[in-house]
Amino acid sequence: MTDYSQKYQMTPVVGWLLKDRGGMILLTILIAAAILVPIGNLLVPETSSFHVPTWMLSLLGKYLCYALLALSVDLIWGFCGILSLGHGAFFALGGYAMGMYLMRQIGDRGVYGNPELPDFMVFLNWTELPWYWYGFDMFWFAIVMAMFVPGLLAFVFGFLAFRSRVTGVYLSIITQAMTYALLLAFFRNDMGFGGNNGLTDFKDLLGYSLQSDGTRAGLFVASCVFLGICYIVARGITQSRLGKVLIAIRDAESRVRFTGYRVEYYKLFVFTISAVMAGIAGALYVPQVGIINPGEFAPALSIEIVIWVAVGGRGTLYGAVLGAFIVNYAKTFFTGVMPDFWLFFLGGLFIAVTLLLPKGVIGAVPAFGAPDRQSILSSMRKRLSAGGKA
Amino acid sequence: MRNDMFSVLRRSPFSIMQMRRFTARICGVVACLMMLSVVFPNVAQAFSDEELRNIAEQLNDKSSTKQVAIIEEMAADGDPRVAPILKAMLEGDLYVRDSDEHVVIATKKGKVYTHIDIISGEEAGESSSKELDKIKVNNRLRGALRDALATLNLFSPDHAVRTAAVEQIMDARNPAMLPLLLRAIEREDDETLLARMNLARATMALAAGENAEERLAAIDVLASETTPQIRAVLSQFVASAEAEGIEPEVVTAAQDALDDVEGRLSNWQTLGDVYRGISLGSVLLLAAVGLAITFGVMGVINMAHGEMIMIGAYTTFVVQQILSSVLPSGSPWSLIIAVPAAFLVAGMIGVVIERCVIRFLYGRPLETLLATWGVSLVLQQATRTIFGATNQQVTAPDFMSGAIEFSTGLVLTYNRLWIILFSLIVVAGIACVLRYTAFGLQMRAVTQNRRMAGSVGIRTGYVDALTFGLGSGIAGIAGVALSQISNVSPNLGQTYIIDSFMVVVFGGVGNLWGTVLGAFSLGIVNKFLEPFAGAVLAKIFVLIALILFIQKRPKGLFALKGRAVEA
Repeated sequence: MTDYSQKYQMTPVVGWLLKDRGGMILLTILIAAAILVPIGNLLVPETSSFHVPTWMLSLLGKYLCYALLALSVDLIWGFCGILSLGHGAFFALGGYAMGMYLMRQIGDRGVYGNPELPDFMVFLNWTELPWYWYGFDMFWFAIVMAMFVPGLLAFVFGFLAFRSRVTGVYLSIITQAMTYALLLAFFRNDMGFGGNNGLTDFKDLLGYSLQSDGTRAGLFVASCVFLGICYIVARGITQSRLGKVLIAIRDAESRVRFTGYRVEYYKLFVFTISAVMAGIAGALYVPQVGIINPGEFAPALSIEIVIWVAVGGRGTLYGAVLGAFIVNYAKTFFTGVMPDFWLFFLGGLFIAVTLLLPKGVIGAVPAFGAPDRQSILSSMRKRLSAGGKA
Repeated sequence: MRNDMFSVLRRSPFSIMQMRRFTARICGVVACLMMLSVVFPNVAQAFSDEELRNIAEQLNDKSSTKQVAIIEEMAADGDPRVAPILKAMLEGDLYVRDSDEHVVIATKKGKVYTHIDIISGEEAGESSSKELDKIKVNNRLRGALRDALATLNLFSPDHAVRTAAVEQIMDARNPAMLPLLLRAIEREDDETLLARMNLARATMALAAGENAEERLAAIDVLASETTPQIRAVLSQFVASAEAEGIEPEVVTAAQDALDDVEGRLSNWQTLGDVYRGISLGSVLLLAAVGLAITFGVMGVINMAHGEMIMIGAYTTFVVQQILSSVLPSGSPWSLIIAVPAAFLVAGMIGVVIERCVIRFLYGRPLETLLATWGVSLVLQQATRTIFGATNQQVTAPDFMSGAIEFSTGLVLTYNRLWIILFSLIVVAGIACVLRYTAFGLQMRAVTQNRRMAGSVGIRTGYVDALTFGLGSGIAGIAGVALSQISNVSPNLGQTYIIDSFMVVVFGGVGNLWGTVLGAFSLGIVNKFLEPFAGAVLAKIFVLIALILFIQKRPKGLFALKGRAVEA
């Protein structure tokens, strides 16, 4: 393997970033948001029309976490053809790692005032901290775990699955089984993760109160920064020679294998990286929404992530970010205005996107996707007539 | 028995009042004997009126030990008039009347209490609560009262009451009730009840036996039975035998008997686990069998499969509503009518889905998965909008309620038995359709080689739609059965979708027998794990085991060639 990396020098980072138009736009927006939104929240007076209310800051921060999660799914689905229906599990595990740190930070300010044990453990009459809670009073440890645990799970799971060439739908179904098993497990009180209620009532992060506008703005900036970094990493992977192999695996796995590549290692690598990103997204998400519970493991949520990617445009990375924003904004809008309509909309979106917009919103914009610059309408017509023949 | 009555009197404090009652007693005995021969040919009326009044008055004693003795004394003769008194005492309706110190049963009617004489059972005046002193009962007395009432019920002419009484005595195992039980055994004609009574006698004899022979005989009787109750009796005896200084050979015999009973019980336990496993397996099979066609035969990842089950369940509900409003007498038939109705409704919706969505996505399984997930969300929300989010009540017909119960603790409910039978019928039906009908032949042909099938004149698109319709319709039929055991709510399908996929993938895609085997083995494994791990952990273990199994055999237990192979 070493001779390959010498033979194919990676293009300098700045070079390919400049060529990536969508990526440049995304990064510019992220930088602008990271600067302007906190200013709009903290410095602009509330009477001004440029003021960003705190709820909107939190909402945007939440969307950014979802965007990062969508990015991680696009990395494996869009570029390697691995449709994971269990990515919510990695997200939730990252979230739990952060939640455990925040839980320990509560200290003796809980309802029961126990300096060592979180409230729910006191409630369950536990006398000492389970071993797997050790270390979570340290921030760096929690951060490492938020990445390590999802990464490890993905590594073990992927190692088993890819080695025995479980692909396509089968892989999707067993990833779903994985997150379902974790859902059931985390619902149990005996697991020591707060059971049904999960972890909540957080007080502060690194000594800063989670309720204060400053901390929220800080978390927002952190979300922007991590989304940016992960985007660059993901783009770097897909731009590299390794990325070309991944795309080849997506399009013709057997052929790549017969050419002499160890397909499973490539898949394992990108699957693990993707899980780590999902874990980071979870860790950023929890302090912003203030709760993590087993509901995040629900298979339905994991499938929803896939639709974010599909709506935005699979295999583009920035499309995934866009899709996460579009769908989640629609969710916020519909659940507020007409809650009954939301599932109709989401269901319709699943059908419409797969039937009519296989390249997503981005693919419909001529400047970004559609190779032969078709209009949306004619591409729809083509899809329908092609489908009829199949 | 007469002697006993005298002894009661002798024990009671002597007074002039009692002397007077003593003389009055003679008349009582005469009356009592007359009544005995006329009214109660079967049951001895052991107390004279005065005796009864006399002994009942002692129920108001300060010491509850004394009270318990009195209660046992009163019950020990099986006098039918004692039962209402004790019952009233248990319910707190027994009072001492201030005016004449008589014990009466008083019931509150508005502000006044109506008195009922304990001897005649007729109304005897009324008063306010001030003139009555309640006979207080504590928990110890309540226990004694219940035991005593149970023994009295042994003489009830009602077979069901006697049966209940024997069971209660078995549970209480109060040695003081032994004499009465012996008398009841003498009178009992019913064979099964007699066996239960003998068993009850043995449990008492074990605890209160005079010598080793009696105990050994009791152990012999007990060892012939196989119920959790007997196990409890024996293990309790063995545990406390040492402290009570019981002969070692008796203890050994009891231990042997205990091992025996435990061995047999654990066999029954295994049998019960297998049954529960088969029961769960049949539910899984019903849920998965439609998927075995849409996913297994056609290779379509139908995430809306669970919603087809839900539609079947709701069709059952609607059919039941319509039928009970049109002709109330026909409602037991509603399930039978619901089966074809659910097949048609779900099947037609399936055809529509195939024509409108799925046919554009053949050969793109991941997109199919997402689109059908969308369909499932729409169907769920549509159901919620039409029927509301709450559970709907689907009533069970008579032939499905009830159960076969074994004394060993195994209970076979009829609805589960019907579901097992129904699932097998459904699978057999599908197998016949696939194997023996022209449609089945065309379906298999299209599955194996679409272009070839098309070129010999099979309308492949038409067959696709019908195949998908068939799979959906069968899911609908499953919904009829599942409406009997789970909540009919818009989320019904979600409960089964993951399990269904697990079964199909485990059994091997495209293989009906694989699905059957997969469903039953998953069900049985799950139920065998449950006693050790609990329901949730068992489920988690099964899921993990399945994930690992797919690594080993990615195409399931039985792999099949066809359209589904290179998904």
